[in-house]
Amino acid sequence: MTTLPAPFQNWFATRGWEIHPHQQAMLDRADAPALMLIAPTGGGKTLAGFLPSLSELADCNHQGLHTLYVSPLKALAADIKRNLRTPVDEMNLPIRIEDRTGDTSYTQKRRQRADPPHILLTTPESLALLTSYEDAPHIFKGLQRIIVDEIHALAESKRGDQLMLALSRLQTLAPNLRRVGLSATVEDPDAIARELACHPDPCEIINADPGPDPDISMLTTDEKPPWTGGGAAYAIPAVLDEVRKHNTTLIFHNTRAQAEIFFHNLWLANSDDLPIGIHHGSLAREQRERVEGAMVAGDLRAIVCTGSLDLGIDWGDVDLVVQVGAPKNVKRLVQRIGRANHRYNAPSKALLVPANRFEVVECVAALEAVKEHDLDGDPKGPGPRDVLCQHILITACSGPFNADTLYAEIKTVGAYQSLTRSEFDDCLDFCATGGYALRAYDKWKRLLQTADGNWQLRDPRAAQRIRMNIGTIQDTDTLKVRMKGNFKPLGEVEEAFAATLTQGDTFLIGGQVVRYENLKEMTVEVSRRGDKKPKIATFMGTKFANSTQLSQRILRMFRQDSWPELPDHTAEWLTLQREVSKLPEADRILVESFPHEGRHHICAYGFAGRNAMQTLGMLLTQRMEELDLHPLGFVATDYATLVWGLDPVTDPAPLFRAPDLRAGFETWLSGNAVMKKTFRGAATIAGLIERNLPQARKSGRQATFSSDILYDTLSKYDPDHLMLQITREEALRGLVDFGRIEEMLDRTKGSVDHVILNRVTPLSLPMFLEQGRIAVAGAAQDRMLEETAQQLMQEAGMKTD
Amino acid sequence: MNGYSFIFCETQCTALPSGALYLPDHETLCVSDLHLGKSDRIARRSGVMLPPYEVQETLEKLQSDINQTNPKTIICLGDSFDDMDAAQSLTDDTRLHLIGLQAGRKWIWIEGNHDPGPIDLGGTHLMQIQIGTLTFRHIATDASAEVSGHYHPKHRVTGRSRPSFLYDQTRMILPAYGAYTGGLGSHTPELRRLFNAHPMAILTGKRAIAVPLTKSQPPARPHGRSY
Repeated sequence: MTTLPAPFQNWFATRGWEIHPHQQAMLDRADAPALMLIAPTGGGKTLAGFLPSLSELADCNHQGLHTLYVSPLKALAADIKRNLRTPVDEMNLPIRIEDRTGDTSYTQKRRQRADPPHILLTTPESLALLTSYEDAPHIFKGLQRIIVDEIHALAESKRGDQLMLALSRLQTLAPNLRRVGLSATVEDPDAIARELACHPDPCEIINADPGPDPDISMLTTDEKPPWTGGGAAYAIPAVLDEVRKHNTTLIFHNTRAQAEIFFHNLWLANSDDLPIGIHHGSLAREQRERVEGAMVAGDLRAIVCTGSLDLGIDWGDVDLVVQVGAPKNVKRLVQRIGRANHRYNAPSKALLVPANRFEVVECVAALEAVKEHDLDGDPKGPGPRDVLCQHILITACSGPFNADTLYAEIKTVGAYQSLTRSEFDDCLDFCATGGYALRAYDKWKRLLQTADGNWQLRDPRAAQRIRMNIGTIQDTDTLKVRMKGNFKPLGEVEEAFAATLTQGDTFLIGGQVVRYENLKEMTVEVSRRGDKKPKIATFMGTKFANSTQLSQRILRMFRQDSWPELPDHTAEWLTLQREVSKLPEADRILVESFPHEGRHHICAYGFAGRNAMQTLGMLLTQRMEELDLHPLGFVATDYATLVWGLDPVTDPAPLFRAPDLRAGFETWLSGNAVMKKTFRGAATIAGLIERNLPQARKSGRQATFSSDILYDTLSKYDPDHLMLQITREEALRGLVDFGRIEEMLDRTKGSVDHVILNRVTPLSLPMFLEQGRIAVAGAAQDRMLEETAQQLMQEAGMKTD
Repeated sequence: MNGYSFIFCETQCTALPSGALYLPDHETLCVSDLHLGKSDRIARRSGVMLPPYEVQETLEKLQSDINQTNPKTIICLGDSFDDMDAAQSLTDDTRLHLIGLQAGRKWIWIEGNHDPGPIDLGGTHLMQIQIGTLTFRHIATDASAEVSGHYHPKHRVTGRSRPSFLYDQTRMILPAYGAYTGGLGSHTPELRRLFNAHPMAILTGKRAIAVPLTKSQPPARPHGRSY
């Protein structure tokens, strides 16, 4: 057993602490080349990760960078710096600790490169940027350990792939580098461990005591949840009661818009003036920091928040977590619950608040899954090639490279272990020449091969542009919001939302109702206005799909004769649905047809998750378009797709034939908005499209053209291009999620139950208030556009042709 | 041919759904802002290599309009090339394609701000040209009976923004014809100040559709990235 140096033992002793078994285990295995710790929140996970570093640095002999700490959030890096300072200062250790994120000043960053601290706390993007500098070998020389915090969160996205590629670079620069991963409870720890290790090295896993099961239940209220919507306004009084009964409550929401509405309503009902704050990713940094500060100081009784508070920042004495809206994913729910009660070995307390009747069912299913420790998750595919392209460009920024060496290095990354040489060469060719069948850029190549066979940037000035585009987080186009005549930003709204505003419209941001005044230099100017009912700011990209496991649980519940575990109102609703129509079954697709407001509707219950149901909507409307059924639009939720159009669908079964759907998918790929969005994401990461930088946006707008045009042109003239291959690959997951349509077809074998009714059914009712209705750009729309144009002409007193 | 026919300053005009303007009485086809060679210029300047197919795409569209209208005269209303270097670096295939389009027709290159000089391709280079009652130049002036380009106008109806012709009694502005061109919303002050009280827009697309320009328009911006 490795014993701690004396100052550490004394420090633990003066605090009356004892080292946790998993912290000791981390010390004992400190020499392992790769090591992963799985511990619940509050288990002293971060200290467990840092103890070996602090103990190695205690003798003051190390020069330069010793430990690199990477976390998914800037705020987490700052928080850890604060928490590490305490033991280091109290033990009087001569250790320099600094953070480096997008918020770090330019001078500080320059200095860090010349003279790195012992411990540097950063994010995957800032690390990738560091590796792009020519002096990277100097910065990372002597690096001993890298700690990847919240690795379970990073591993789910391309940020994790980018980080692991950067690690392969660091391993070459510092061959003695040891890798440490810190993770919350996950369904497949081995998969994450394999990604962390330098392939094919093994990675040891240490499991901390998971602690007692959480105390989790569904909030019951006298008032019934509404049929539809995500606001959960009915639960406000009950939630306020809970806030009163606890010291500090975190109130989680699935979307920023819902958090805003809930906060607004909470504030109106807050007759005791309890101090309550709001925190989400679209608020201005100053505002978030103010809330974070108040939280740490213990000045707040509750925070209404979103995923921006998901990760392990220590907010002090939280003793209750409230989840408003169905959790969609059991693993995330468990991780959120862990935020309550940071004392080790005490159960966390959590309440689920369903926002509507269907979510009651979802919440009960999620509660059962938590009790059974049944975590959900989908296996990841191989490392994405758009991230690889960016990595090649980053490598080129740091200096000339040899393709064979780089290929060998990339093969040490778990996610890229099966990357073939020809796949690698395609990516390299893409970075060098664009990779087009028409070799048009011989003169203006981005990378050149020099006489010694190495690759380098044709124009070294290109490095600056490549660095500005580093990162894999897909940014939605957002506009800053500020009070007129005041430079302090309030937050951001999506450009698509801003486009719908006209002067006088009101919306919620940061809990206040504001009035849209005008758009000035890509900033939305607003004035204060409290007297009007707000339009709601919309934020995209924050809706999660219900996991496969949860959907299956819900379908199993539907098979029951009665539902004693559900509140009466919800059980009655399901009974009513069974009476007037049917309840969906796992092995068949239920399709309901009914008229509503002069349009024909069909509602298909596929239970494949929001993204796949959206894709299904695209495919169904495409088939209907071919059959001249004039579909006008659709909306999708986790469990169903509702399509409306000018003509009735009398026989829906042929719409769900697997071969037709697959063939439709292939054609559809070429001309569809979600694919274009997927393409835009991949092309931005791979360096084909540059990010919309604020300074570029101000310049002439005629110069801006849609990246959709690039997708169309490429599909037409170069259909096998690498970017289109990547786009198709991603279509099986993510926003398109065709993989789950395949799962649905597999489970149902295409059997369709068609129920024809004369009005809206109980189960389809929530679909009608669902946001995100998508119009079909087809014959019906052209027909309506012409009708609108004619109407406008007539109103203007003009003759139509 | 799904075009929209109207009289502008006593001259019979047809707005084609592609964004070209045809004058049947003069057998003249006019296209504006082709921006040929844009991908070449972007690669040269920034190292970003966009799909290099926009010249082909634009010329094929022009070919199709020429086949439909069989004009005697073709006017390229300025910014035909994204810059002078782009005009020089056209591939042999592109040159042949252009020569094919020019054969047997009068071809006028109007100078634009992107291509302010002569180009070593067939045709006549002019600052402006008079056809019947109309004057064709790249950027709008105070003159009346004028057809120009430059602004890449777009207009939004039922939520969808499309490249559009804008005109009133004295002035017409053509949409950009090139594949890699963005647009400027019809509501923007730059465009608004050019027109009197009752301007019209003709949307391009599958059919050319005319609508009056209403007073208040939501900000219309392309969903994409800038270059």
